[in-house]
Amino acid sequence: MAQMTMIQAITDALRCELRDDENVLVFGEDVGVNGGVFRATDGLQKEFGEDRVFDTPLAESGIGGLAIGLSLTGFRPVPEIQFFGFVYEVMDSISGQLARMSYRSGGVYNAPVTIRSPFGGGVHTPEMHSDSLEGLMAQQPGLKVVIPSTPYDAKGLLISSIRDNDPVIFLEHLKLYRSFREEVPEESYTIPLGKADVKREGSDLTIIAYGLMVHESLKAAEELEKEGHSVEVIDLRTIQPLDIETIIASVEKTNRAIVVQEAQKQAGIAANVVAEITERAILSLEAPVLRVAAPDTVYPFPQAEGVWLPTHKDVYETAKKVLTF
Amino acid sequence: MAENKKFDPQALVEEIESKFELFQILNEEGEIVNEAEMPELSNEELVELMTRMVYTRVLDQRSISLNRQGRLGFYAPTAGQEASQIASHFALEKQDWILPGYRDVPQIIWHGLPLAKAFLFSRGHFAGNQAPEGVNVLSPQIIIGAQYIQAAGVALGLKKRKADAVAVTYTGDGGSSQGDFYEGITFAGAQKSPAIFFIQNNQFAISTPRSVQSVGKTLAQKGIAAGIPSVYVDGMDPLAVYKVTKDARERAVAGEGPTLIETLCYRYGPHTMAGDDPTRYRTTDTDNEWVAKDPLVRFRKFLEAKGLWDEAKEEAVIERAKEEIKEAIKEADKAPKQKVSELINNMHRGDLPYNLKEQLEIYLEKESK
Repeated sequence: MAQMTMIQAITDALRCELRDDENVLVFGEDVGVNGGVFRATDGLQKEFGEDRVFDTPLAESGIGGLAIGLSLTGFRPVPEIQFFGFVYEVMDSISGQLARMSYRSGGVYNAPVTIRSPFGGGVHTPEMHSDSLEGLMAQQPGLKVVIPSTPYDAKGLLISSIRDNDPVIFLEHLKLYRSFREEVPEESYTIPLGKADVKREGSDLTIIAYGLMVHESLKAAEELEKEGHSVEVIDLRTIQPLDIETIIASVEKTNRAIVVQEAQKQAGIAANVVAEITERAILSLEAPVLRVAAPDTVYPFPQAEGVWLPTHKDVYETAKKVLTF
Repeated sequence: MAENKKFDPQALVEEIESKFELFQILNEEGEIVNEAEMPELSNEELVELMTRMVYTRVLDQRSISLNRQGRLGFYAPTAGQEASQIASHFALEKQDWILPGYRDVPQIIWHGLPLAKAFLFSRGHFAGNQAPEGVNVLSPQIIIGAQYIQAAGVALGLKKRKADAVAVTYTGDGGSSQGDFYEGITFAGAQKSPAIFFIQNNQFAISTPRSVQSVGKTLAQKGIAAGIPSVYVDGMDPLAVYKVTKDARERAVAGEGPTLIETLCYRYGPHTMAGDDPTRYRTTDTDNEWVAKDPLVRFRKFLEAKGLWDEAKEEAVIERAKEEIKEAIKEADKAPKQKVSELINNMHRGDLPYNLKEQLEIYLEKESK
């Protein structure tokens, strides 16, 4: 075991997979000798060579096409999109092509591609760096979408994503890269995709969250605990497909739930979680399932992040509404 | 001392454009006009190339007719482009990968896709897209330009595998305006990958003439932007298309990188059979001018002069094509109707996610009734 930040755990997962599978290729803008703009690929080119870890021209769409073509010749590409706000440039390669590879070829071809990309607010990035666009990905049949919130989860989920024989979008929250350390095993391990994690057990209310909002929810849960409320916090970890079993089991126990996301209310995936709960557990509900989400505006100018991004205070307030409904 | 000359960017463009001369071997009369570039093809190969071009012309005529009868679905006519499509394919090897556009069904058929599958593609049945093992083709790409960036990826994969093979892809004149067109050739150039990029300039993107796409004198010159060799070739001349493709392939497998080839050609039919009416945007005069350049006419003359071709041979190919097309349509008719459960099962290589597992059960139940 070693104390690792999330970014170190990600590098470690890439190292494990580059070592264990000669078909794994890591590429993108500045991921080679530079080691990535956040050092996620630090030292990997030196260790595994330019044939395995390499820089590309500055063109996201071309990177997507490269990944598709390499997967057709038997490789297991792990491309990086420098910031997920740039996904619009590569939407066709992801949603129009990669996601459909198995289906359109009737199962003849598949696309074992893992697209890594950072996103998320709270660090005053310039425009189009922090937008939460996971909702777009979650709507595309053929894709799995993974968002870790801890170093331990990040490593196990990334290894599972790379080994998955279908395309996976692996989104890394910028604010979580170095915000805390955690014990992470040095050897390879996997965490199943599509499996949520109960980060805190409770009996009065279920808070369902992902990404940075997991930590805001845990903070809120502590405050609520002080007031005598027992709160369960579920970290979705994979937002598509959802872990229905864990979500419903928790709601059936607590009878009250809220869903917390950093994305705007009209975006993200909170509405989907609410719909699933409504369809499957309405008779268990003592109160409506409410959402914590950002306002439906464009992502804020950096100086406005403080008033715009959802925080533990918003989680606390919404939880109170549901608890006192 | 360097001459103190004022830099004239327009003069530079004109100078570069003047270097792109139309490469031709066989003229409209079927005469060799460029003996030095004559490709090495045996008599049997020459006859086989003509056979495939005639067959493909029949396939186009029959496909249009079957489409009108409602026995085919989506169809993009190919008549006029036989030299561009078939002669370029003729220069490839079995191990090469083809990433076709929506009009490039003939190339993947000659590469090994059974005719019945090509018809199922047209109708919209997943079995049409299931390429047999060892047939290195993707199904026709509908998103114009996507095949270009993917070809750069396949080519890099082949290079990394040290395969003696190339990735070949085709787009049209309109497609050369897409971002993915430039990104594809740029990536393959930067990575020195074994790719051959074709622009089949058939002069129209649906109704939009080539002149509206770009002010450039040729489309081949766009390769300059990627720093890769580019050729402007008579796309109605099978020998010229074959030769430039063969050369590009040799360069590619020798590790010298990609080539961009513009084939100047013409489609005699509409853009697709989905209601396009070429009389709205094309004149009979232009059509006739290009009918005179027909690749079949000039290659027929060339082969007849060599005593390699006659009417009886051509008739035999036509009959064989018609017979095989009839058989293939029958076989396509036999394909079982698609079920939602099959579409669900084709979605993932790994386990189905929960939502599809649930939906699979629902549809299996429906289908069992």
